[in-house]
Amino acid sequence: MSSNQVIQALYDDDDVLLSAVKSIREEKHHIEEVYTPFPVHGLDKALGLAETRISIMAFIYGCIGFAVAILMMNYIMIEDWPQNIGGKPSFSYIENMPAFVPIMFELTVFFAAHLMVITFYLRSKLWPFKAAENPNPLTTDDKFLVEIELHNNEKELKALLKKTGAIDITLIEKQDDHE
Amino acid sequence: MYTFTNKLRNLSIILMVIGFLGLTYGFLTAPNTVEQANAMVADGHGDGHGGDHGAGTHDNHPVGDKADAHADDKHHNETAAHEDHHQGGHGEAHDKDAHGEDHHGEHLLHQLQNKPWAALYVAAFFFMMIALGTLAFYAVNRAAQAGWSPALFRVMEGITAYLLPGALIVFVILALSGMHFNHLFIWMDPEVVAHDKLIQGKVGFLNVPGFLIRALIYIGGWATYRYFSRKFSLAQDQADDISNHKKNFRISAGFLVFFIVTESMMSWDWIMSIDPHWFSTLFGWYVFASMFVSGITTIALITIYLKSKGYLEKVNDSHIHDLGKFMFGISIFWTYLWFSQFMLIWYSNIPEEVTYFITRIEDYNIPFFGMLIMNFIFPLLILMNSDYKRVNYIIVMTGIVVILGHYVDVFNMIMPSAVGDQWFIGIAEVGGFLFFLGLFIFVVFKEISKAPLHAVGDPFMGESERFHY
Repeated sequence: MSSNQVIQALYDDDDVLLSAVKSIREEKHHIEEVYTPFPVHGLDKALGLAETRISIMAFIYGCIGFAVAILMMNYIMIEDWPQNIGGKPSFSYIENMPAFVPIMFELTVFFAAHLMVITFYLRSKLWPFKAAENPNPLTTDDKFLVEIELHNNEKELKALLKKTGAIDITLIEKQDDHE
Repeated sequence: MYTFTNKLRNLSIILMVIGFLGLTYGFLTAPNTVEQANAMVADGHGDGHGGDHGAGTHDNHPVGDKADAHADDKHHNETAAHEDHHQGGHGEAHDKDAHGEDHHGEHLLHQLQNKPWAALYVAAFFFMMIALGTLAFYAVNRAAQAGWSPALFRVMEGITAYLLPGALIVFVILALSGMHFNHLFIWMDPEVVAHDKLIQGKVGFLNVPGFLIRALIYIGGWATYRYFSRKFSLAQDQADDISNHKKNFRISAGFLVFFIVTESMMSWDWIMSIDPHWFSTLFGWYVFASMFVSGITTIALITIYLKSKGYLEKVNDSHIHDLGKFMFGISIFWTYLWFSQFMLIWYSNIPEEVTYFITRIEDYNIPFFGMLIMNFIFPLLILMNSDYKRVNYIIVMTGIVVILGHYVDVFNMIMPSAVGDQWFIGIAEVGGFLFFLGLFIFVVFKEISKAPLHAVGDPFMGESERFHY
């Protein structure tokens, strides 16, 4: 089948990569994946990727942390055992609130940061002992790789890629994914 | 090149006239005698004590105030003695006082006479503070060689033009206080000092000649930097090399050192000494944060105004976004300092420190906590979103709230010691604000119209034009 055939074009410069991505998309070819050794500014825009929503999640996680802090300290310090500790007013949460603010702040930051990082790992499928998905080890060093699905248009696509400045073009028969 | 439109000029003049009338009204209605003062307060109590004054202030006075009342200063114990006054009686053992019989009436008279002066002083200081905060932000951008901001330098230079006239007006008010035209600074009253051991111990620092000389040094230093920086900035437009830019870089770095020392001392002199029994070590930073965020907000507002009129074609929404980020960040920084100061004093609850906050919470509850909403919660929630920071009307709306919030902040710093629980945001206060707003608009836009808004000679200008975030 043609659908598990992909073409991999290798580039050695991020500017060339950006313009290549633009012309490939103009020709309506579907780019499967791009591998780069470092973040290339504007690549997500050139690829037309949707914006990340992770900051929205971070805000929600922060709100959760804030609520946890308030509920926890209200229960412990005000409801469960309202002791007089050094004359601090423990009659209601608001009266003693300034003393709780450092914890409220830290828990907000803690929840926002850690849950956001964990969300990132889950969404990017990153964990220890995960098999690396790198098609070409050079892309971790100084080369850039664009992977394009093939639909019986090998010649045409190869010509286009050559024109965009690819230094190496390989046709790959993909193993069936471990699904 | 911007031209100062007649419409704006007229608006600023109208604001000044209205403000002047408001202030005049405030001065004319201030009581001259103890009887008048007593009558005014009695009237005020007649028609509903509710309002902003916070009912019950007179009946249950805070413990801290009473503790403070036993200090040797007459001006403090009167707050606690107010309740006696309303019952027609006298406080405890005040008869020795040189002022005569009605000691509480005397205090009330001082507070009411201070009201228009304090309204004038708060507004004068507030607008001076905006110009000074802008100057500090400008110097930071120069010294850090920021690549995004040169497109805004002329706007900032326009705003800082208000610094010299604004600071001189503040100086005149301070000098008038020194000449006993008002009673804003109680340590300037030799009779108070004679009965006050605490102030006596501070006379080495708190004395009128030293106070005024220091003020002149601060103002002179700031105005000198401002003058030369503007001069080099304009000269750079015509120059073939970047020597003017380099000079500007050097004096900006030097100014920042001078600024942080003088700003801190200025805050002790001009604000903290209104309450000479109280002290706080991070007060200078706190005032700085307030002026910094007000300055940045003003830059954003004026930039958006000029941009909407078709000047500043090199300014794009990324510049506004950056200003929005600074507003957001420095608002949080201000809150951090406000809370650090409040929480440390609240937590340890030492009587000589905590009276400061007790009077504010008891008598100024709404402005004191209201400013937290205006200066922290509102900008925090609105400016957190990256897209919102590119939308002009959101920056303008947030900016207006932040500016008013920091006016309330200065109000809270000065009023409680000057007028105590007799405060009100009335004709004199609004008049003071409008007068200086008009003057500010007049001076700033006049200066902006004097030079091209695009600083072509700046070596970072290209970067700033292409700035994109």
